[in-house]
Amino acid sequence: MSVATPVVTPRATNRRFSSGFLTTVTWLLAIGFFFPVAWMAMTAFKQENQAASDPPTWFFTPTLDQFRAVIEGGSMVYVGNSVIATGVSTVLVLLLGVPAAYALSIRPVKKVSDVLFFFISTKMLPVVAVIVPIYVVAGQLKVLDNIWTLVVLYTAMNLPIAVWMMRSFFIEVPGEVLEAASIDGAGLMRTMRSVLLPMVAPGIAATALICVIFAWNEFFFALNLTASQAATVPILIVSTMTSEGLFLARLCAAALLASLPVILAGWIAQKQLVRGLSMGAIK
Amino acid sequence: MSTPTIDRLEGSRRTARTEASSRQISRAEGWRRRGPLLPALIFTIIVTQLPFLLTIWYSLHSRNLLRPESDLFVGFSNYLDIARDSTFRQTAWNSVVITLGCVLVAMVLGIVLALLLDRPFFGRSVARTMLITPFLVMPVATSVLWAVALLNPTYGLFNWTLGLFGLEAVDWTSTYPVVSILMALVWQWTPFMMLLVLAGLQAQPKDVLEAASVDGAGTWLTFRLITLPHLRRYIELGVLLGIIYVVNTFDQIYLMTAGGPGTASANLPFYIYQRAFLGFDVGQAAAMGVVVVIATIIVASAALRLIFRSFEVKE
Repeated sequence: MSVATPVVTPRATNRRFSSGFLTTVTWLLAIGFFFPVAWMAMTAFKQENQAASDPPTWFFTPTLDQFRAVIEGGSMVYVGNSVIATGVSTVLVLLLGVPAAYALSIRPVKKVSDVLFFFISTKMLPVVAVIVPIYVVAGQLKVLDNIWTLVVLYTAMNLPIAVWMMRSFFIEVPGEVLEAASIDGAGLMRTMRSVLLPMVAPGIAATALICVIFAWNEFFFALNLTASQAATVPILIVSTMTSEGLFLARLCAAALLASLPVILAGWIAQKQLVRGLSMGAIK
Repeated sequence: MSTPTIDRLEGSRRTARTEASSRQISRAEGWRRRGPLLPALIFTIIVTQLPFLLTIWYSLHSRNLLRPESDLFVGFSNYLDIARDSTFRQTAWNSVVITLGCVLVAMVLGIVLALLLDRPFFGRSVARTMLITPFLVMPVATSVLWAVALLNPTYGLFNWTLGLFGLEAVDWTSTYPVVSILMALVWQWTPFMMLLVLAGLQAQPKDVLEAASVDGAGTWLTFRLITLPHLRRYIELGVLLGIIYVVNTFDQIYLMTAGGPGTASANLPFYIYQRAFLGFDVGQAAAMGVVVVIATIIVASAALRLIFRSFEVKE
């Protein structure tokens, strides 16, 4: 009979209470961390006098005026440049990086770890140490303010990450699968196309995502190597901030639009994000 | 993908297998293997190493960005100037403070958040999504957001909140420039640390945890004796990657304080940028770049040993 009535021990109530407490704390922290982004989004829907008011305006009639102003204010040139710099550099990174990762995993060259060491060490080289010669050489080659200069630099910037990351995916492919393919008489190209690439396709997608995030957000090269022709979206935000005085609501609208692609991509691909950020170390 | 582990096991198994065969690789086979690697390798060498050699060349010259023809060999005098430059020392110190401050605080917060998220509760994936968002916002946008919407002395939300408690308004970015930058950086990097630690927590072998609880180990004891040692590798990796990324911070400093007041909140990347593009002093900027790279090599060779132990990449 004693089994029928569940006994609520003090310890169990205690645990339920502390669990509720921890959940509340978690939610408060989540809201706290998210709040600045929410505030940016809110401000983007305000009129300018509501955006920079003291005390802050919490309730207002939302307007799309700021988004309209950003889109009609010639921002499409910047977006076009960003799309080219991000898209083309990501494709180049994959074209160069996937074969390289293959050569460092499935049919490895000698001195794999030296090559990997070299790639990762270029990520540790401070960009600022090479910006001067890049600027001078680009000036002599007449490719300053040229979007293809950014394409080349973003490719170099993301290539080491892609090599490390893709290698971590190739390593996961079981050797038996490749042996089976070669016993079945599949040549190298055929094994690549119909066995290997489908198996690492999720890895290629995750690698592309990381490359897109870094290239889309890049500011330092864009600031120093572009002017009016090749300026990208981060430059648009800065010029919104400095050239027209302080239009906070419009600034927030531009910042929100600029961040939205990466925010949405990151939300959708949270798992791949961890792997990419750790360069393939964590799965 | 479903079972998050660090790839050391498969990695060393695969490389052990290939090690035996690699001795018999013929010359032709060697080149066939090298073929897919070479384009990436050559491209990386040209784009990243050649400019650095040029940096060394420039660092031995006196050269003005606006008058490129005024090129003069000056030996090591640029380096001697750096040794005497107290601003260089100050910005180097700022680099250390900003990088370590951001990485360590973000790591502690990241561990706390990861532990909180590693329990089942209502709306967990929504809370996690909200928590990773700061990392996804474009850094230029976060800088503007912090400098203007949150920390502005007249209509910023921070001062309004302080006002609710009857506290004086603070001109954050000019009174506490480094703290302001650190706030924005920590906010951005905490989700990164949280994600890495969370991956570590979820890779914990469940049977060990159950065994510990059967043996009567309390929450704290389990955490200290099992979880924390397990997390060590993930924490090391997070700190290391954090340092690699954060040491190059430029956007926040450029937009929030412009390194000011004076050079109070400038780090090395910002100072070198100033010397090159506002002072037009190519030789000086290049010499600083070389010094930074040498310092990076010293720190990085220690760090790389750590990363390689973590990944266990062996020949």
